[in-house]
Amino acid sequence: MSKKLRVATTSLAGCFGCHMSLLDIDERLFPLLDLIEFDRSPLTDIKHCGPCDIGLIEGGICNAENVHVLREFRKNCKILIAIGSCAITGGLPAQRNHLDLGSCLTEVYLTEPGLAHGHIPNDPELPLPLDKVHPLHEVVKIDYFIPGCPPSGDAIWKFLTDLIAGKTPELGHGLIKYD
Amino acid sequence: MSDTFQLDGKPVSFEKGQTVMQAALAAGHYIPHLCYHPEFKPHGSCKVCTVKVGGRTTASCTMPAEAGLNVESDIDEMNGLRRTLVQMLFAEGNHFCPSCEKSGNCMLQALGYDLEVHTAGFRHLYPDRPLDASHPDILLDFNRCILCELCVRASAEVDGKNVFALSGRGITKHLIVNAESGLLKDTDIALTDKAMQVCPVGVILPKRVGFSVPIGQRRYDQRPISAQALDDAPRQADAGGSCAACEGTP
Repeated sequence: MSKKLRVATTSLAGCFGCHMSLLDIDERLFPLLDLIEFDRSPLTDIKHCGPCDIGLIEGGICNAENVHVLREFRKNCKILIAIGSCAITGGLPAQRNHLDLGSCLTEVYLTEPGLAHGHIPNDPELPLPLDKVHPLHEVVKIDYFIPGCPPSGDAIWKFLTDLIAGKTPELGHGLIKYD
Repeated sequence: MSDTFQLDGKPVSFEKGQTVMQAALAAGHYIPHLCYHPEFKPHGSCKVCTVKVGGRTTASCTMPAEAGLNVESDIDEMNGLRRTLVQMLFAEGNHFCPSCEKSGNCMLQALGYDLEVHTAGFRHLYPDRPLDASHPDILLDFNRCILCELCVRASAEVDGKNVFALSGRGITKHLIVNAESGLLKDTDIALTDKAMQVCPVGVILPKRVGFSVPIGQRRYDQRPISAQALDDAPRQADAGGSCAACEGTP
C-alpha cells in the first residue's frame, strides 16, 4: 500500500452544498478513505492547511479572510481544485456584483424594517467584505474545475478517482453540469 | 444530380446555393452552432461553427458548398477553438445557470457540456444591464445575451414587428427594445411571436412558467445537443434543402 494522498478542503463564499455533495458519495467514502486522508477540512479539526496533494475549494472569494485561506491552500497543495459554480464563476453570490456594497450593508444592518438599534458590524475581528465577489482563478492558479451547483456525488467521485488513479479527470454527458 | 464535398472524410451531397452548414445538417451531420437557425439567413456572429477548409478556418454557416471541398470540423483543433469561444461567451455575460430558468434547455450551456467546458477561464465581465420586466407577460434579462440576433431577425422577418435591435459598439454592444421608452411594454410583442421562440439562451422569457419541467426531463438533460440538433434541421426530402425564411419570403 503506497502512502495515502493528503487532501484538504474548505468552503469560502460557499454554502457547504459542495461538501454535502462530496458526502453524497455515501459508502464510497470508505474506499476513498483507504486512498486519502484529510488535512484541514470542515470535516476535521485541523486549523491550518499543511503540505497536501490535493486541495478542494468550494465557494468564491467575497472577503479578506477568503483570500488568505485561498493563498494558504495554494501554497500547500500540489493540485488545487475549484469545486462548484461559486468557486468557478463567483456563482449566485456574484449577483451582488452589480450592487453597491455600502448600500447592501446599510440595507441589511441599518434600514431593514424590524431592526432595533442596528449598526454595520465594525469589529476588526470580522473580515472586511470585498467590493465584488470573484471566482478563485482570478486570485490564484487553479489546476482543475468541477462544475455544478453542486456537482453530483457521482461527478465528484469520478473526478477524484480519475485523478487519484493518475488519469486526466473526465466527466462527460450527465456528470458535467452547471446547475 | 447533386455534387459532393468531403466533411471529416465523409462525402456530403449538396444542392446548388446551400452553405456547408445547410448541406451538412440536411445530410445528418452535426456542426456545432449557436447563431445559426435553419429557418433564418446565416448570421456569422458566434463563430462556433468554424471549420477548416483547405487549411483555412471559416464559418461553415456562410461558406458556400462547392464540389470537392475538404472540410474538417470534428477535429481537436476546431473543437478547441469552439471551447474557447464558448468560454468567452460565458465570461462575457452573467450566466448563473443555477438560478436561470433556461437551464437544461439552453444551447450555450448544452454546447459547454458537449465541449467539456469546466470553467470560463477568463476574467468575468459581470455586465450590469437592468432587466426589463415592464411587459405583463414577458421578461428580458439582457445580461445573458450572446448577440446572435435571432430575436432581431425573427421579429423583423417573421413577425414583421421589429421589436429588437442591437446597439452600441465593441464590448458595449447590447440588445435593445425598439420603443421610444426603450421598454418592452411599449411594443406590440406577443407571446405567440416567433421572436419568443428563438432565443438560444435565457434572455427572452415568458413570465410565470419558469422551472415547470422537472430536472431530468429538460431538453438537454437526456441527450447532448450534438445528438439532437439535427431534429431542428430541415431535411432535403421535405424542404428541398431550403426554407422560406432563407429565401426572404416569410
